Amino acid sequence: MNLRAFLPIVAVVAALACIPLVIDSNVVLNFLVTALLLTLAGQGWNVLGGYGGQYSFGHAAFFGTGAYATAILQMRYGLNAWAAFAAGIAAGAGVGAAIGALTFRSGLRGSYFALVTLAFAEVLRIIASVAPVTGAGVGILIKLDVGARALQFSSRAAFYWLILALVAIALVVTRLVEQSRFGAWLVAVRENEDAARALGVDATRVKLGAITISAAMAAAAGCFYAQYFLFVDAPIAYGPWISVEALLAPIIGGVGTVFGPLLGALLIKTLGEAAKLVTGDAPGLDLVVYGIVLIVVIAFAPRGVAGVVARCHARLLPPRKASAGVNAA
Amino acid sequence: MHLSILLPAVVNGVLTGALYALIALGLTLVYGVLHIINFAHGTLLTAALFAAFFMQKSLGVDPYLAVFVLTPAFFTFGYGLQRFVIGPASHGNDGNILLVTLGLAVIIENALLFAFRGDTRTIDVAYGFAVIPVAGMFLSVPRLVGFAGAVVVALLLWLLLTLTDTGKAIRAVAREKLGAQLCGVDVPHIYAVTFGLGTACVAIAACLLIPTYYVNPGVGNAFVLIAFTTVVLGGMGSVPGAVLGGLFVGVVESLCGLYLGESLGQIGIFLMFILVLLFRPSGLLGERA
Repeated sequence: MNLRAFLPIVAVVAALACIPLVIDSNVVLNFLVTALLLTLAGQGWNVLGGYGGQYSFGHAAFFGTGAYATAILQMRYGLNAWAAFAAGIAAGAGVGAAIGALTFRSGLRGSYFALVTLAFAEVLRIIASVAPVTGAGVGILIKLDVGARALQFSSRAAFYWLILALVAIALVVTRLVEQSRFGAWLVAVRENEDAARALGVDATRVKLGAITISAAMAAAAGCFYAQYFLFVDAPIAYGPWISVEALLAPIIGGVGTVFGPLLGALLIKTLGEAAKLVTGDAPGLDLVVYGIVLIVVIAFAPRGVAGVVARCHARLLPPRKASAGVNAA
Repeated sequence: MHLSILLPAVVNGVLTGALYALIALGLTLVYGVLHIINFAHGTLLTAALFAAFFMQKSLGVDPYLAVFVLTPAFFTFGYGLQRFVIGPASHGNDGNILLVTLGLAVIIENALLFAFRGDTRTIDVAYGFAVIPVAGMFLSVPRLVGFAGAVVVALLLWLLLTLTDTGKAIRAVAREKLGAQLCGVDVPHIYAVTFGLGTACVAIAACLLIPTYYVNPGVGNAFVLIAFTTVVLGGMGSVPGAVLGGLFVGVVESLCGLYLGESLGQIGIFLMFILVLLFRPSGLLGERA
């Protein structure tokens, strides 16, 4: 394994970890927490959509399952918050594996895969908005119980370090996937599934592995959401907003790159805040901006911000040898 | 259950189903030619419902007359969207087309939310609650008009596809894009015409829906998943499939509503959708993918 490939991750995470030591503004930290939350969900989408080429329009199914599992296990079954958090990630990964097993085994690709993931998220949303265990239309409140044991912190910085740690794990996992044989299979499936199968890649198993990792990351974001905001209901957990934002972040930042989701999440959250500053509290405008940015990026920078940076970098510093990796960022 | 309850439920299901079929026709047409699911279809319906609403509220134009203005307007809008936004932005890559239509859906829905807030609006027309007795049932007049309108549009569309040169070009592009191009068909133009036709279907459906329905910025989402179900059920790209699928979904929804109640009736549709996608993704009338 090439350890040097992990140096940029260590550097970026270390730099981000220092921020609360310098800035103690709650507004800034809150902004960064939401951006990192989106990074985590986006990294999940990136593993499946970016590296695997399977565009999911329903990552809310995993995010919501993580969030609900964390809340329900604590409030209904009295489980410890840390255990509930871990169980939430496992539950999300399980839902991912189940949806993957159903869809990939029946050979759904492209438009069909996007549609069926969207439909699963919607089914879960409808069920969650009527089932008693999820609190139906009212949602679930997690009891305020500040302390490390209950995974609730009075300082924003502690939450920030928690989500940063999760993001760091996701970055390392993504880099590991990228460098492994599994990652090579996954990219081969993205580029040409039939050719990959012809070369002996078990495409269904590879995609199943990818959706499970992907769902675990999205679910971790959901678990964190529940712990941070201490409230979950159906439109939050399974609503289309998270499915859309989870795909926006990697696509805008640079699809199929390790740092793409982080870049994208910071960028779209900044744009969203800017849109809110301009228009006050009117709903909808931030999402209009996201939609426009999405189309502009696809039209003019298909490899996202990371692609633009790489291109400028290549122009400024001509590489000594031909760059082999697409995922140089 | 007694026939006197069952029969009206089935008939009402058919009447609603005809409008589902009309919405699904637009979706299936675009899929058949561009081989891509238009995720903006539902929000285009929302936009058309708002247009029909304001035509009536602000200008006093009856929705049944507004259809003659909105249909060409939405055809042009759809044509422009494909020609100047979706086509150029997606560089011919299927995944990109999906994402661009999703982006358009997000933009349109939230622009409407921003402009009109989340309020639900309805129009008042004299015939809104009119009913006529047919064979012991009382049928809503606007829904009968909607049914008739959907049937007429489906027939017109079928005539257009089979008899006109444009129709032949559309079918040629759907069957074999490169071959059609080599025969001199302007493929980007045909793509845009198809997208325009799909959008026009939605405009007609909106005018037929608005007398008995409501409009808010999220209303299209309820219809779009039904339209997806309809299209998947009937077979992606199949016009007769969309019509039959629409009627079937309408009846199933009506019966599920009768037996299971409103909110669980909705789940019935989604479950049917997922089951069909998993076990027969080519649909009941579609060709094997």
